[in-house]
Amino acid sequence: MSQGRRPFGRRKKSCPFSGPNAPVIDYKDTRLLQRYVSERGKIVPRRITAVSSKKQRELARAIKRSRFLSLMPYTVDQ
Amino acid sequence: MALYEHVFIARQDISSQQVEGLIDMMQAVLEENGGKITKIEYWGLKSLAYRVKKNRKGHYSLLNIDASHAAVAELERRISLNDDIIRSMTLRVDAHEADDSVQMRNKNRDERRGSRREDGGDRRRDDRPPREERPREDKPSEGEAS
Repeated sequence: MSQGRRPFGRRKKSCPFSGPNAPVIDYKDTRLLQRYVSERGKIVPRRITAVSSKKQRELARAIKRSRFLSLMPYTVDQ
Repeated sequence: MALYEHVFIARQDISSQQVEGLIDMMQAVLEENGGKITKIEYWGLKSLAYRVKKNRKGHYSLLNIDASHAAVAELERRISLNDDIIRSMTLRVDAHEADDSVQMRNKNRDERRGSRREDGGDRRRDDRPPREERPREDKPSEGEAS
């Protein structure tokens, strides 16, 4: 109805991994993976980080591998 | 032949020399079966994110392997028999990382930063004594000038 109220975050966010000099997703790079994990240790969904679906699958695979190698925790309890 | 990346964690109460012994054993196993290790990285004794077989810390190391499947299968069998290795993961990769992996870079950076802090103090380039703050006689300081 009224055009004035603009819900938050309408602009098209670009995938951080699709640019020319995008960082490589690597299960050993915990600093990069840490940015896509919530503070409880869960993988943050795509609709929040705006990652493309192909890169999100790679990201999830890398996070699960680094969890298996105990470089990252499965869950972080308060 | 196929390229593999292999990371293993050895339990904390063995020494890093013994870890090198493990790596030599792996190298021997691979060479017997016609494979070879192109790069070895030792990430040191790191604390684990969660306890693995009652260990809180572990010796991490990474091996870049160029071998046939049979050699890697034999390697994995030997690793499962060895009780010093608490966890290991072998991945088939398209290409090996040429230079140091991220973990190795972090390790070197931490070592460098530690050493710099100790000898930082005595290298003073300017030999003038430290100037203490003193009131300015020639010009009223900006505060009073209205």
